[in-house]
Amino acid sequence: MQIAIVREVIDAGSITAALKAGADGAVCVFDGIVRDNTRGRRTLYLDYEAYEEMALNQMRSLAEEAIAKFGVRDIAVVHRLGRLYVGESSVLIVVASAHRGAAFDACRWLIDTLKKTVPIWKKEQFEDGAVWADGEPFPEEIVRG
Amino acid sequence: MRVRVLYFGVLKELFSCPSEDMEVETGCNVGELRKVFHGRMPERAWKSMAMAVNQEYAGDEVQLHDGDEVALLPPVSGGAPNDAPSALGGRR
Repeated sequence: MQIAIVREVIDAGSITAALKAGADGAVCVFDGIVRDNTRGRRTLYLDYEAYEEMALNQMRSLAEEAIAKFGVRDIAVVHRLGRLYVGESSVLIVVASAHRGAAFDACRWLIDTLKKTVPIWKKEQFEDGAVWADGEPFPEEIVRG
Repeated sequence: MRVRVLYFGVLKELFSCPSEDMEVETGCNVGELRKVFHGRMPERAWKSMAMAVNQEYAGDEVQLHDGDEVALLPPVSGGAPNDAPSALGGRR
């Protein structure tokens, strides 16, 4: 597993190449990039910050859970922090598996769950002001314990 | 006893600091500490935040200990920008 929080450009090519092994029949890559607008409002850049130690622990346990749940072989999850401009990758998820179905399913589950539970936030800078992006509500089990 | 409280995202800006040490009653739990912040932030932010103790999500019943690190977490928004309509804006 490769789990990391970085401040530099995420090198999707080398991370993907490093994850591949002979037993794999599929590698599914999700590359989350900064879009130029949010609900039609023009975005200039995003500032990402994290509760870093907790975010890394959460990312690691999500990857372990995905391996157990979907039976995939290996996973890389890399999130970038700091100021990111339109078109830059904020998060990269790579799933290597013997078969494509499990790779797609695990990859989708990982990004959807990461966005609800991993303590990372972004402030969006628009042409006419800045706001902290609204996250999805926390899953019930997190708020109630 | 003393705990260290960390603020993130919009809460860090609201309180104008990333963290502070707080004196709380011995035996205090997460729910009791949560109540301390009621009135110190907009109702919507208070209701939607989660809390973590020593880097693990913690429900209201979790007991605090001297020296614990408690974090107040607004709804997270990692990953790439989200297409979904604003979750908080959509709820009342």
